[in-house]
Amino acid sequence: MGKQKISSSLALSENGFLFLPTTGETFTVNEMGKLILKYLQEGKDQQSIVDAITEEYDVEAEDLQRDYLDFMGQLKQFQLVVEG
Amino acid sequence: MGKKQYERPIINKQYSGFMNKFGNATVSQPKTEIENIPVKDLVAQYGSPLFVMSERVMRENQRNVARIFRTRYPKVQFAWSYKTNYMNAVCSVFHQEGSWAEVVSEFEYDRARRLGVQGEHIIFNGPDKSTEGLERAIREKAKIHIDHYDELYELIEITERLGLTAQVAIRVNYDVGVYPKWDRFGFNYENGEAREALKRIVVNKKLKLVGLHSHIGTYMMSPEPYRIAMTKMVALANWLKSQHHVHLEYLDAGGGLPSHNTLKGQYLQAEEALPALDQYADAITGPLFELESYGDSMPTLILESGRALIDNAGFLISTISALKRLSDGKRAYIIDAGINLLFTSFWYKHKLVPAQATGVIKENASVFGPLCMNIDCIHEDISLPAMKKGEHVVLFNVGAYTMTQWMQFITLRPSVVMIMEKGGVEVIRKGESLDYVMQLEQTPDSLKKFSLV
Ligand SMILES: Cc1ncc(COP(=O)(O)O)c(C=O)c1O
Repeated sequence: MGKQKISSSLALSENGFLFLPTTGETFTVNEMGKLILKYLQEGKDQQSIVDAITEEYDVEAEDLQRDYLDFMGQLKQFQLVVEG
Repeated sequence: MGKKQYERPIINKQYSGFMNKFGNATVSQPKTEIENIPVKDLVAQYGSPLFVMSERVMRENQRNVARIFRTRYPKVQFAWSYKTNYMNAVCSVFHQEGSWAEVVSEFEYDRARRLGVQGEHIIFNGPDKSTEGLERAIREKAKIHIDHYDELYELIEITERLGLTAQVAIRVNYDVGVYPKWDRFGFNYENGEAREALKRIVVNKKLKLVGLHSHIGTYMMSPEPYRIAMTKMVALANWLKSQHHVHLEYLDAGGGLPSHNTLKGQYLQAEEALPALDQYADAITGPLFELESYGDSMPTLILESGRALIDNAGFLISTISALKRLSDGKRAYIIDAGINLLFTSFWYKHKLVPAQATGVIKENASVFGPLCMNIDCIHEDISLPAMKKGEHVVLFNVGAYTMTQWMQFITLRPSVVMIMEKGGVEVIRKGESLDYVMQLEQTPDSLKKFSLV
């Protein structure tokens, strides 16, 4: 899979609001969504994101992987990530 | 050190300028227990999906509605509408509370008799009564509610032939301002048909006119149609009294009181949208005080309420079989209970909540049943917190018209349990097996063998 790049102009607030200035769209994310977006903004790849989260949260890597891919699919649908 | 609790990531797009029609802000409480019994334990013991009835709630409903009516009019008799839910255990609860049986077929009639209900406590409604069914009802002194002229003529013929008297009422339909009109059942009031039928009955020595009946519709969203109907019924009773000296034993207002299920297309939750039952009781009992020349022996008011007495006593536990995304990215859940068990979801948005604690952020989702059929959709749009495969959900208000209208289609029908008022859980209908379903089938000898390559 190619590297996923998150839209660089995306503004993520502490309370889970997401704003895309280029289109004026807003989104809300839950705790885990916020964390993954933060890691993506930091330029982390899938493996290191999964490692970081399984370290901290009570979740199997396999389950997380599945949710992560599903979440990335959503981000793509909303055009928040582009294939880099 | 323990790890933090995980919830899968969720992202929702905000549509500014629109009211959020899915009500994302509301936190719905998970339903982890039914009558203090953990949902998890119920599933572990009785399987999934699972219908759960609460004896306590049924009795409370019955007592509550009885009180509401009896404080307005003293002589009130309930007749349990079998079609709403005719499982023996359920009917027995209502019979223990003093309700008669209201049946609309010989199948239901036989069920009531087998359960021990005397004919005189059975109200026999319906447009399709057979000769044998009528004969039996006459012999057993059931109250036969005549639906049409052919039934009236047949009753005249049978009572002559048997030399017996039948206890009868007619079903009357009226224009109560509700559309579509329910004019396919009974005799019409406005065009004079009801009076004509009554005239024929009162001159016949073998037909004893004991009452008048109407059932103006189901899930009536306003009390006013009842006031109109009962006003017209009372006018008929007064006419019978003054012109034909008939003293009726009862006036039967039928059923139709709404339960707290929210209809599809209804924006407000049913609890907020519907008038209180007190208002229905006012509308139904008010006109009775216009009865003339009844003196001290006022007729009994019969009520055949169904869904209002049982819907909220029924729960359906279901398990999440899979999560998917639809082509537009929307979340979809597949659960193991579909329209095969919830015929009612064609017109109701059954309340559905997780059976375990969840996070607060929700996403818009569709909920599909297990059938490989496009129509098998329980919720097109519902806002739900993140749940995963194997977790459970609880559907509310499924006590009425589910366990009678469910289909043995594609899969077997599950167990039904009742949580007893005095504690404990009883299976009131076992889950079906393949043997049970196949026992009526017969395969011609010539079709018994085949070989596939
Ligand atoms: C004759 C009759 N009585 C009573 C009922 C019970 O109606 P509900 O469940 O709306 O109270 C019905 C159901 O449609 C009915 O047909």
